[in-house]
Amino acid sequence: MFPKPIEKTSRAWQITYQTLLPLALVVWLLPLIAVAMFSIKSSADFATGNYWGMPTSFELFNNYGKVFFESKMPQYMLNSFLITVPTVVGAVALSSMTGFALGIYKFKSNLWIFFMFIAGNFVPFQILMVPVRDLTIGLGMYDTKLGLVLFHIAFQTGFCTLFMRNFIRALPFELIEAARVEGIREWQIFWYIVLPLMKPALAALSVLIFTFIWNDYFWAVVLTQGPSAQPVTAGITSFNSQFVAQYHLMSAGSIVAALPPVAMFFLMQKHFIAGLTLGAVK
Amino acid sequence: MTSLTAGSTTPHKKGWYARNEIKVTPWLFLLPGILFFAVYVIAPIFQSFWISFHEWDGLGEKTYIGFANYERLATDRKFEVSFWNNLKWLFLYLLAIPLGLFIALLLNQKVWGIRLYKSLFFFPFVISQVVVGLVFSWFYLPREGLLNAVLVTFGMEPVNILGHPGTATYGIIAAGLWPQTAYCMILYLTGLNAVDPEQVEAARLDGAKGYKMLWYVILPQLRPATFIAFVVTIIGALRSFDLISVMTNGGPFGSTRVLSFFMYEESFSEFGFRMGYGAAIAVVLFLLMLCFIGYFLWSMFQDEKEGR
Repeated sequence: MFPKPIEKTSRAWQITYQTLLPLALVVWLLPLIAVAMFSIKSSADFATGNYWGMPTSFELFNNYGKVFFESKMPQYMLNSFLITVPTVVGAVALSSMTGFALGIYKFKSNLWIFFMFIAGNFVPFQILMVPVRDLTIGLGMYDTKLGLVLFHIAFQTGFCTLFMRNFIRALPFELIEAARVEGIREWQIFWYIVLPLMKPALAALSVLIFTFIWNDYFWAVVLTQGPSAQPVTAGITSFNSQFVAQYHLMSAGSIVAALPPVAMFFLMQKHFIAGLTLGAVK
Repeated sequence: MTSLTAGSTTPHKKGWYARNEIKVTPWLFLLPGILFFAVYVIAPIFQSFWISFHEWDGLGEKTYIGFANYERLATDRKFEVSFWNNLKWLFLYLLAIPLGLFIALLLNQKVWGIRLYKSLFFFPFVISQVVVGLVFSWFYLPREGLLNAVLVTFGMEPVNILGHPGTATYGIIAAGLWPQTAYCMILYLTGLNAVDPEQVEAARLDGAKGYKMLWYVILPQLRPATFIAFVVTIIGALRSFDLISVMTNGGPFGSTRVLSFFMYEESFSEFGFRMGYGAAIAVVLFLLMLCFIGYFLWSMFQDEKEGR
């Protein structure tokens, strides 16, 4: 193990380490702690310049209540869910199929198609912006959730295919050969043999894509406009212009907007990290 | 094994599909994915190239103007600023890799509660860049911000990082480094977990420790993690858009523009949409990125060839 396990070092260093750790964490999360503190203060504190002292009153429920009942925040949050969840389902479905095809079968263009998916996944969004926006308008889907969902599914398929194909490749190929000897049809191999084995990959990919899509901002501003379709990342701008310079409310709004992926991460940590670090170990 | 498989799938008197099942199935499975990907990702790349040779407001007719958009770029001061800022992003963003490694080494222990520490160090990565941008812009606020409150406590002059053209870009990059470092950290933590303990012990018996141990024994074993950290960091640096848009909107005086932001700004310019010019900027960004993408793909391709 590297570095040297702390239990095997001197007592003095052990104590230093144990005190250093929480301090480092506080410094690391300082900007976030600041926002969390802002979000429970009252507007009076800001008016009197009491930015960093103790809050004169505890306004947690008041501030967050305003976010939920006096702004369009719930609508934006709902939009975000209605965009994110179908995208996760679509991208995972498409890529388990492409991953299966590329991971199991040997044919000439296999690697080429695989690398097309990887390459597309690295491309800067901006080169897609003008044509995709044009296409979405042409399909009559500008400023709709569906327009955003379709694009996200397509783009995420690149990364998801990379992920799924590598996962399926690591499965024991003898299983598939044995099934073929038994005369099982190819689609049945996919459905009854490969898919059940892919559960960990499906879980990991779902949480990852959920986070990516929830946090998307660029496509939200390119493909949507108003509160009927905008997800929360784009909507927070209009939220902030509704409460200009009211830092306690803006902070509360940001925390609400950031919460679902954070909750997802803490609930599904194992899968999330397994997905994110795929390939970091050989 | 293979001959058995082939034998079982070519019996007589079966339909065309049954006879060609192994050949046809992968294409049926690939079809929806490829279709989506071709329409929304592959084709738009070529369309952008084509649009960049036109003058177009996004609605009316496109007028072919050859390389005029690119010639204009060459003399555009805004383009120059954006390009240099992109390079700043690229180099400074790479700091996330050593920083991430440092934190990973700090946290690679088995003390009580370390799992919670690891996830708390990691979780800035999960927050959307929009919120990270807002959080940092409030952190930097000249009057209300915590940064200046801390600086003043230590007897230093308060600063207005995002208000000055000389410092604004660095302020944004620092905000971007926060989640990116967390990402690199988690990659290295996973990598450190898989470091071969026997090699470490052997090296320790040979007297290697500290820095030398890290450089000659640990880092070579962390190569896959380092490769991925490079890929995601470089791509992330060149994609930077959210933070700039939220924190400064390109200002002050256009000093924080990067190509991706400049492209967006020109395409939806308040003086009419300039889609052709925007596409030309996107093409330049794409070509810049292509150098890296090409290298990444090449390395991955080498790995694939080694495999089965």
